[in-house]
Amino acid sequence: MKSDTPISMQKINARDLAVSVLIILIGWQLVVWVTEIPRYILPGPLAVAEALVKYSDLLAMHAWVTAIEVVGGLILGTLLGIATAMYLTMSATATRYMMPILVISQTVPVFALAPILTLWFGYGLGSKIAMTILIIYFPVASSFLDGLRATPKGFLDLAQSMRATKFNTLIQVRLPAALPSLSSGIRLATVYAPIGAIIGEWVGASQGLGYLMLLANGRVKIDLMFAALVTLCIFTLLLRTVTNALCHKLDHWAGQSH
Amino acid sequence: MLVNNRQSTLVGLSITGSFQRDTSLLFSDISFELKQGCWTCLLGPSGVGKSTLLRLLAGLSTGGQFNGQIRANPEFIAADHDNNQGTNDVANVISYMAQTDLLFPWLDVRQNIMLGQRLRHEKNSTLYYKQAVDRLIDQVGLGAHEYKRPHQLSGGMRQRVALARTLMEDQPIVLLDEPFSALDARTRDDMQSLAFDVLKDKTVLLVTHDPAEAIRLAHHLFVMTHNGIHNHQTPENLPPRQVEHPITLTAQAELLRVLKS
Repeated sequence: MKSDTPISMQKINARDLAVSVLIILIGWQLVVWVTEIPRYILPGPLAVAEALVKYSDLLAMHAWVTAIEVVGGLILGTLLGIATAMYLTMSATATRYMMPILVISQTVPVFALAPILTLWFGYGLGSKIAMTILIIYFPVASSFLDGLRATPKGFLDLAQSMRATKFNTLIQVRLPAALPSLSSGIRLATVYAPIGAIIGEWVGASQGLGYLMLLANGRVKIDLMFAALVTLCIFTLLLRTVTNALCHKLDHWAGQSH
Repeated sequence: MLVNNRQSTLVGLSITGSFQRDTSLLFSDISFELKQGCWTCLLGPSGVGKSTLLRLLAGLSTGGQFNGQIRANPEFIAADHDNNQGTNDVANVISYMAQTDLLFPWLDVRQNIMLGQRLRHEKNSTLYYKQAVDRLIDQVGLGAHEYKRPHQLSGGMRQRVALARTLMEDQPIVLLDEPFSALDARTRDDMQSLAFDVLKDKTVLLVTHDPAEAIRLAHHLFVMTHNGIHNHQTPENLPPRQVEHPITLTAQAELLRVLKS
């Protein structure tokens, strides 16, 4: 791995991952065998694998719901973040009055809003997507805004000397120059998005992996709970891989990675 | 010896006035003009305000207060194809080339050369521009590289693209802000010859801190110090002057003496 790449951007070598996962699984199974921890506290990986197979239909159904929440929230939140950043770049007045609110809003623990969102948007997809949007909106908006503001001064001088309008300068110069910042915002958002959906499900839901985990816990089906957790991990890993590939394409187009 | 018969008397661009930033006066009561169709070099040490003067002429932000006048040849303004844009008429007949190439990494060579047209959304005569780009690519010798991105080019080639982009603007006045200073000696030599050749009909101001470059390229030479701007005699033969010629070397030595005093 290249050491100058931020951790969140590093590519995962599938073989290295397989080896480390295998070591963890073996260690885990050994701990379970040696200490004889009861199954309802910590099931071994074999028991979890068994549950994964046994409940595969159930897990797939709930995973699908969570996936829609996460991806939906990710897309909508990213679009909102992009729109906000561009609007703030164009309007000095908007920046003046919106920036303080945006910055202060970050001191509100977003999770605390989950019950309110459930109250407003119900037990369905709506409240989870809203939660996800709330969590990822700021990282996307702020990193893109930083990028839009950090356009190399020479580029702007050149555009000015070529008599580009303010709008054209935004679209043709600031925007493409800020794409790498946007893609790092999206990478960050991809890490946060599942948290939003799961918290939303914990607070009130009838579907989704977070809901399934609580349900399984209540019925002392700890193997199912772990199976749901494993399913969630696999999903987030897939999501990360897909967004990383898309962001890499974006960076490449912007001429920032070769 | 060649007689300098290109001493045009027409003024391409002139500036008179004072410039002040914060409380300090960067230059006061300067008066300085570029002869039409000639290369004028402005030589001076770093921090003396050469670039600020150039930015002032180009209509770019300088972070200071200028009291005075900048005038371009009225014929230039009259011939400006779209002079309804903007209020600063002088800036509309000027194109500008900086020390760094300022190529946009997301555009290929052709697109970078047509940057001005892109930024102004001039799409009504695309074929005309396409042919102009073809010609320029040929002129600056980038034939095999027209679809490459900037990161695939060497420093010298990138500066060639920047030169072509400057020419594509097709303005009568061209301001060059130390465009060759970041290049290695040999590439710089090539670029100076190329730039002189392709810009020979333009009114050019070259800001530089390199006496050799100034002597090599200048029809007219001004030295800028903290005491103002002074005209300095150039050798009688025409630029571009041979670097190793005794006249050039003598002139260089004399110029260095002036700079040191």
